[in-house]
Amino acid sequence: MMDIVVHAHRDGEWSVLTVAGELDVVGAPELRQHVMHAVSNGMHHLVLDLSGVDFIDSFGLGVLIGALKRVRLLDGDLQLVVTEARVRRVLELCDLDRVFTLHSDAQAAVALSGGAKS
Amino acid sequence: MSDPFSPGTIVLEIPARADFVSFVRVVVAAAAELEPDLPNERIEDLKLAVSEATTNAIDAHSRGGSNERIRVECRLVDDEVTVLIHDEGPGFEPDDVPTLPEPDHPDRLLHESGLGVHLMHLLADDASIITDGHGTDVKLTVYSSKRRNSG
Repeated sequence: MMDIVVHAHRDGEWSVLTVAGELDVVGAPELRQHVMHAVSNGMHHLVLDLSGVDFIDSFGLGVLIGALKRVRLLDGDLQLVVTEARVRRVLELCDLDRVFTLHSDAQAAVALSGGAKS
Repeated sequence: MSDPFSPGTIVLEIPARADFVSFVRVVVAAAAELEPDLPNERIEDLKLAVSEATTNAIDAHSRGGSNERIRVECRLVDDEVTVLIHDEGPGFEPDDVPTLPEPDHPDRLLHESGLGVHLMHLLADDASIITDGHGTDVKLTVYSSKRRNSG
């Protein structure tokens, strides 16, 4: 069984969670816990860097949607970094590329989303 | 006379545990690679569709309190790969699968689940779900490039 690995760092007001592994029925709930932890610590502007994610299913998509809903309720925002073609394809199949803004790297996500606010 | 070297049918029986889903994906992908005319992209599509069905099967056993194993059968015949996933859970009402609002509709964010069945139908060339109170059979088929191109 492969768990996911999540590294978190701050970039101004943005909290960047870099995720590696598989976002399925096992990995997705782990990511949800990391998101909940960040939000409960006042981080309402999140970047989820999924560059290291090589598989995502509906469980993973559900966690992304839940995270977006949660931060928007707190006047925050969520940006995604997606470089893997497979992950992008799954998002596109479910029309979620129209729900999320997809970026090629975390710096671009922060810069294009209003910069590193302090 | 059938080809004695054909891989034919490969059967897995797994415990209804979430940590076996990735194992099913690996086995199904390895089996599908035996079909020489199936592009990697279609193998990845099949992996995801099977992953969704297997996850649903595990959930069904959990809801129904079943200790039975889940059966996953891969058939490689006639320019196609078919995977059948059988569970003995309580089944579900296919009409209860929600219709997703348009992406720009505010209610779209209310649908954190319910994408699995949607994905199975999108990813497989042929997908069928037969369900009743005694279990569910999901059949997912992807065609070889030759068969797809021949219409």
